[in-house]
Amino acid sequence: MTHYLDFERPLAEIEGKAEELRAMARTNEEMDIEQEAAALDRKASDILKDLYKALTPWRKCQVARHPDRPHCKDYIEALFTEYTPLAGDRSFGDDHAVMGGLARFNDRPVVVIGHEKGNDTQSRIARNFGMARPEGYRKAIRLMDMADRFGLPVVSLVDTPGAYPGKGAEERGQSEAIARSTEKCLQISVPLVSVIIGEGGSGGAVAFATGDRLAMLEHSVYSVISPEGCASILWKDAEKMREAAEALRLTAQDLIKLGVADRVIPEPLGGAHRDSDAAITSVGSMIETLLTELSGLSGEDLVAQRRRKFLTMGARGLAA
Amino acid sequence: MNWITNYVRPRINSIFSRREIPENLWTKCDECGTMLFHRELSDNLNVCTNCSHHMAITPRARFHALFDAGVFTEVQVPEPIPDPLHFRDQKRYPDRVKAAQKATGEKDAMLVAEGEIGRTPIVAAAQDFSFMGGSMGMYVGNAIIAAAERAVERGRPLILFSAAGGARMQEGILSLMQMPRTTVAVQMLKEAGLPYIVVLTHPTTGGVTASYAMLGDVHIAEPNALIGFAGARVIEQTIREKLPDGFQRAEYLLEHGMLDRVTNRNDLREELVTITRMLMGLPPAVSGDLPAPDPDQTDQAEAADSK
Ligand SMILES: [Zn+2]
Repeated sequence: MTHYLDFERPLAEIEGKAEELRAMARTNEEMDIEQEAAALDRKASDILKDLYKALTPWRKCQVARHPDRPHCKDYIEALFTEYTPLAGDRSFGDDHAVMGGLARFNDRPVVVIGHEKGNDTQSRIARNFGMARPEGYRKAIRLMDMADRFGLPVVSLVDTPGAYPGKGAEERGQSEAIARSTEKCLQISVPLVSVIIGEGGSGGAVAFATGDRLAMLEHSVYSVISPEGCASILWKDAEKMREAAEALRLTAQDLIKLGVADRVIPEPLGGAHRDSDAAITSVGSMIETLLTELSGLSGEDLVAQRRRKFLTMGARGLAA
Repeated sequence: MNWITNYVRPRINSIFSRREIPENLWTKCDECGTMLFHRELSDNLNVCTNCSHHMAITPRARFHALFDAGVFTEVQVPEPIPDPLHFRDQKRYPDRVKAAQKATGEKDAMLVAEGEIGRTPIVAAAQDFSFMGGSMGMYVGNAIIAAAERAVERGRPLILFSAAGGARMQEGILSLMQMPRTTVAVQMLKEAGLPYIVVLTHPTTGGVTASYAMLGDVHIAEPNALIGFAGARVIEQTIREKLPDGFQRAEYLLEHGMLDRVTNRNDLREELVTITRMLMGLPPAVSGDLPAPDPDQTDQAEAADSK
């Protein structure tokens, strides 16, 4: 069953009609519906093109959070070989909101880390909806450290609503864990390529995304606060999320203008969830391009350039 | 008896009190309800003389009390471009900034200065909660970078007083990018082998806690300061249970291993002198009566009162 977003309602109607028609024809062989169904398909495809040609920032947030969107696990399974998950922070536990381990990317050994949201009720609960606790960040720190010592590039896949707001998470130092993870990103003398594949939610995303290169999928977002959260604070009304999403400049396209993101990865028409394989392939070729760009640099140069990138970031605002 | 404490500080504080609260001679403590005479309160660094409740203190007032004889030189902060996102909610962002500037007399939410404490040269940065909730935007990031650069240039420790509700939403992703930017600043200090001491004051929450405020060599908090990543209300809504008393307060964090010490504001200065001198390999500070500061050592320092 296709999961439609609220703004996709006109599309749902037409696609639903075409589906119904074909179902009827299957039970009644005398009916010739193909012409009519094909007309509906054409109409649906026009609507889809129209809806997605200029998505508003709020709609992009919705697409970025689409439940059928390919998640970290899908990318790891499709793009990496010999993926060997490594678990635990060696201090308290293993956080299933964060995946990570050794793997090969186009044959070269790398460390891959990312947030995983899960794709059904059970896995969503197990993954805590992609909201990491301190253990998740500390596992990532440990893996980045290992990558650094063995000279392996790091690929991070970012997709989180934010760090988990929980009692235990606070008691075990959520802030410190995020701060140390960001610090580790800035310290390692191996390439760090980050891709925002869905939601880049605040500090929980920064902890993994502070790399040499940041690529974003066309309809992914990266923001200091969720549009709903921003709306409830600044507009005193959580329903003003459309206005907040607009004002926050959280789309991949705006983040390029602000000099925060380096590349945008085009998505299949209708969003990554309409053609996961195509989206995953595009992300793979972007990772390859970025790793190749960085492969000639010494560890010292990588660290120096990465720091300079952040120190100079934002100096020119939208004109960057 | 220390002449700085007994003579200079009261004098400076009296100048302040006149300037800051000319008509309000009395302040009611929000904790115990005691009416406190302004002079008594400012002499005690805005700590209630009855119940020790720590009220907010401006960076300028804090620096007057912190630096020897209240003398410090401000470190210039490179000004970022205003309103980088052309942000507008119910008000325009530049209007909110202007209102905060008018209300506080400061440019933005962080003041950076250099000077001496107990004859120990330091660089200090203090965040101003009264300026848009101390929120961290490009200016605050630039201030921390400028503070770290100055500290490295002069070989001095950096003492940072944090106070913020979190990021400056009106600068969107650029406020979030202050987390990595300020982390780079902290790395500069660490690589130069210089102490970085964080004093967490009420409140220090959100992205500020999850970056420079939690990366110190030593973490000291003022009593009962609220310190945390997520807001208590959000946590209660998420986990659907009531949080324990004292949750996210300084003493709670000390118990959970996130802080080194919880120290009363009136004891902070001495403690900072002791710690920085040991970390810098300097002999113990001279205690007891001190001669007046040598004018040669302070001649480049402008008296802060002249501002
Ligand atoms: Zn009191």
